[in-house]
Amino acid sequence: MLKRTALYENHVAHGGKIVEFAGYELPVQYEAGVVTEHKTVRTKVGLFDVSHMGEVVVKGKNAEAALNAIVTNDIRGMYDGQVRYSILPNDKGGAVDDILVYRINGECFFIVVNASNAEKDAKWMAAHLPKDVQFEVISDKVSQLALQGPLAEQLLKRLVEPKDIPVKYYSFVKEGNVKGMKCLISRTGYTGESGFELYCANADAPALFELLLKEGEPEGILPCGLGARDTLRLEAAMPLYGHELGEDIPVNEVGLGFAIKMAKEDFIGKKALEAHTPEYVRIGAKVLKGIAREHCPVYCGDEQVGMVTSGTHAPMLGYPIAMLRIKKEFADKPLEADVRGRRLKLEITELPFYKKA
Amino acid sequence: MKLLFRESHEWAAIDGKIAKVGISDHAQKELGDLVFINLPEVGMTVSAGDVLCDVESVKAVSDLYAPVSGKVVKVNDELEGAPELINQDAMGSWICEIEVTDVPNDLMDEAAYNKFIKE
Repeated sequence: MLKRTALYENHVAHGGKIVEFAGYELPVQYEAGVVTEHKTVRTKVGLFDVSHMGEVVVKGKNAEAALNAIVTNDIRGMYDGQVRYSILPNDKGGAVDDILVYRINGECFFIVVNASNAEKDAKWMAAHLPKDVQFEVISDKVSQLALQGPLAEQLLKRLVEPKDIPVKYYSFVKEGNVKGMKCLISRTGYTGESGFELYCANADAPALFELLLKEGEPEGILPCGLGARDTLRLEAAMPLYGHELGEDIPVNEVGLGFAIKMAKEDFIGKKALEAHTPEYVRIGAKVLKGIAREHCPVYCGDEQVGMVTSGTHAPMLGYPIAMLRIKKEFADKPLEADVRGRRLKLEITELPFYKKA
Repeated sequence: MKLLFRESHEWAAIDGKIAKVGISDHAQKELGDLVFINLPEVGMTVSAGDVLCDVESVKAVSDLYAPVSGKVVKVNDELEGAPELINQDAMGSWICEIEVTDVPNDLMDEAAYNKFIKE
């Protein structure tokens, strides 16, 4: 049985084309289409329903240390109202998930996880957090809207008190108030643009969604679907679980060194990572004459040296791009992707593919 | 000139021995923004129902099928750099010309096709 977010009716009313994603019925696009939605986020502002994302609260005197032992990043010493990206590693050094850790205070953390992994993560946390730490899955009570783009801030400024706008990237205001609707407002996102993510009660979500669309008319706001979410994160070279990350991909092969603190005290997977010399790297490529999508094998001459983990047309660049998982020693060699029997040349490029203006 | 449609949403505009081939407006809407077209090769021979070429939308690749049998004699190179022309005007954007050797009898005229897509 597919789930619906609190905004299902709003998506249908706005012309959303509904598809199944991670067990939810969500819009892949609205009438404007993926390319227009994508460009609107890059140049103006777009609104996404990302309520399918999972949320967990971890509480207790020992919460910080307990969490720190199950994540790769170091979450000690964050300030109240700070957000940190991390990987939830498994014993082999692969990833159970990648997550955002919000510090409410030293004894209470709000964790955002991928929809497709939410149940697995809850089981994993139950098994790996000590008994004196409580955790509660609150995914079904929380809606999440992502307001993304260079004009997101000027729009949000009209709707909230200045104190409710988090100032720094990866920080949040716990109890923001958007025209009477209580929201946790964080300056985060998955698009490579500036913007915010707003977490609210399901009951408020439809009114909040409509308010943002109406008030954002002067900015040229558009509702945006999962299609644009994917092309935006890919242009920004952000990893997606199940593509660049997975249970069997050592996390020290994914180019996320900033989120893996090998010098900190013991954590799950640390020993496996210490013992593992990376064999693969994550690199980006421009694809010549066609689109190379996930799972396409990548060759150097006759030898398969890796594969495409994500690929699409990059709307702002006007050409196809792909992220590759490639054996280290081939990262600077001439590469080709096999796309349905055709060989497409890959031109290695720097990541991210697109940097915000 | 005769305009006929396949159930898989390609059209053929047949004028004497030559058929211009494209995809329907319904098909372009279903596919969404087209970002790449892998045009057929001039000189290739196809039977009706064969894969003629493929198009890529942002989300997926889709095969297009030959609505008629014959030899590809011309391709619309303009689409190579601008596949979005198909989104803008699907019925006006021909993909290739086929020198027709056979027209299958299960193709639909416009009225029948419009009825077909409504069902």
